[in-house]
Amino acid sequence: MRGGFRSMSESFPTHYSTKKKVASSDYLMRDRKLHSIVPRESVAGTALVLVVAIMAFLASLTLGAVSLVNDTALGWQNDIAREITIQVKPVTDIDLVAAVESVRQIAESFDGVSSASIVSQQALGRMLEPWLGAGLDLNELPVPRLVTVIIDRSNPPDIDALRAKIVESVPGASLDDHRAWMDRLQSMARATIWIGVFVFALMMAATVLTVVFATRGAMAGNQHVIEVLHFVGAEQSFIAGQFQRHFLLLGLKGALTGGLLALGGFLALGYWSRSNIADPASDQMAALFGTFSVGLSGYAGTLILIFVIAMLTAITSRFTVYRYVGALESEVRPGESLDF
Amino acid sequence: MIRFDNVGVRYGMGEEVLKDLSFAIEPGSFQFLTGPSGAGKTSLLRLLFLSLKPTRGLINIFGEDTATLAARDLPALRRRIGIVFQDFRLLDHLTLYENVALPLRVRGKEEAGYRRDVIDLLKWVGLTERIDAFPSVLSGGEQQRVAVARALIDQPELLLADEPTGNLDPTLARRLLRLFIELNRNGTSVVIATHDLNLMDQYDARRLVLNEGRLQVYE
Repeated sequence: MRGGFRSMSESFPTHYSTKKKVASSDYLMRDRKLHSIVPRESVAGTALVLVVAIMAFLASLTLGAVSLVNDTALGWQNDIAREITIQVKPVTDIDLVAAVESVRQIAESFDGVSSASIVSQQALGRMLEPWLGAGLDLNELPVPRLVTVIIDRSNPPDIDALRAKIVESVPGASLDDHRAWMDRLQSMARATIWIGVFVFALMMAATVLTVVFATRGAMAGNQHVIEVLHFVGAEQSFIAGQFQRHFLLLGLKGALTGGLLALGGFLALGYWSRSNIADPASDQMAALFGTFSVGLSGYAGTLILIFVIAMLTAITSRFTVYRYVGALESEVRPGESLDF
Repeated sequence: MIRFDNVGVRYGMGEEVLKDLSFAIEPGSFQFLTGPSGAGKTSLLRLLFLSLKPTRGLINIFGEDTATLAARDLPALRRRIGIVFQDFRLLDHLTLYENVALPLRVRGKEEAGYRRDVIDLLKWVGLTERIDAFPSVLSGGEQQRVAVARALIDQPELLLADEPTGNLDPTLARRLLRLFIELNRNGTSVVIATHDLNLMDQYDARRLVLNEGRLQVYE
């Protein structure tokens, strides 16, 4: 066909066409917005977006929960590590009030102590109220007095020296640096974090597998497109590029929907827990779990998750195209769909 | 242009479906490929279109020995061959214009650069008034013409057509044959696989007759 189409004389009878109107040259030559080579809308594509959104939502929730547990465990550790308690027992023949004041002064004079304060009788009464009831007169009971010492974490005091000095100076005084508690909390926090990481890893594995299978399912509906592109001489990289772009968009759409819903959930939960802080029940919850607000790591992790899931969808489609085109290039057995 | 030497094809451990094929397709030639169902026409077309490797023998296409070709070299060779499938294989989500332009689009050509060629080709097959229609609203005959136009848009050196008149009435089939003949006169080699004896009787051309996997050539 060296002369090109313009040199050809024969043409098909247009009376076979259902429309008789003759298109004008301007109409024919106008600019056209070309459709995407990979079909934009399909049931499988919509299902893929939905599956990706659900998995992204669940994975983000898991990530947020792990981040919350991690932050709370670290919070426990920090709160305990920044405070020590000195207890003065009511030993006979001492002036308990003077002894407590003396302990406070000794503690405050130590390097690395930010402040030392005596726990008031009223505060002690409130602490004991659940066990001994209201309206208690502490002067009638041999209740020990407490001094709370806040330490400077950047320059901690020599706890052993402080303990020795207090025990030597004030009879009946003892120092508790909460080490036993801290050790237990640390191991509990570590275990909780590892359990969280394990659950998150399982969730991610489930997400990866679901996204991979859903992508392959959606790709199955596009095999005829791959075949046609292959037969009109498209290179493997071109076909893979078209599908990768299309599935990256689908994955991004799903992952953004799921991830943003989860982020919205975190924000709502944080707002709810902050606004209910005066409530006694939520006070107790806040004491244990903080304010239920997911930290920066949770938000950043969710954004990374959205990106990873979208990429995963794109990469899966790329590999599926390569595998399928590879099969087209190799020997095809009779009865397969690649027949003429 | 294309040369087969003692080519045989066997699927798996079965019997050979093509046996000792030796023939050539010369530049500018026109031939019908015919034979009863199951004679191996489809397998032979696949060999010609590089979508099937022979079990034995040598195939030389455009000066290249297909046994030594890497997979990445195949698209470049396929672009020199146009193919019309019996079931058209049009993409339903693309317009008629886009379907015809597809081979150029996958080569990375700009739309403005090929617009005139696509429209000229559509005029030639008489489908300009349906230029923005989707294949699903076209008749079988119209879809067949779109498939022909798509196969020709990049001016291939060889055109393979599998039962191109299978969906057409006799008048339209005759018109399509005249279109192939004109194409051939413009320099394209044409291979038409068909059962249609009436079609073959309308044009005196070389016949490649397959029977039980063996080929007889009637010049």
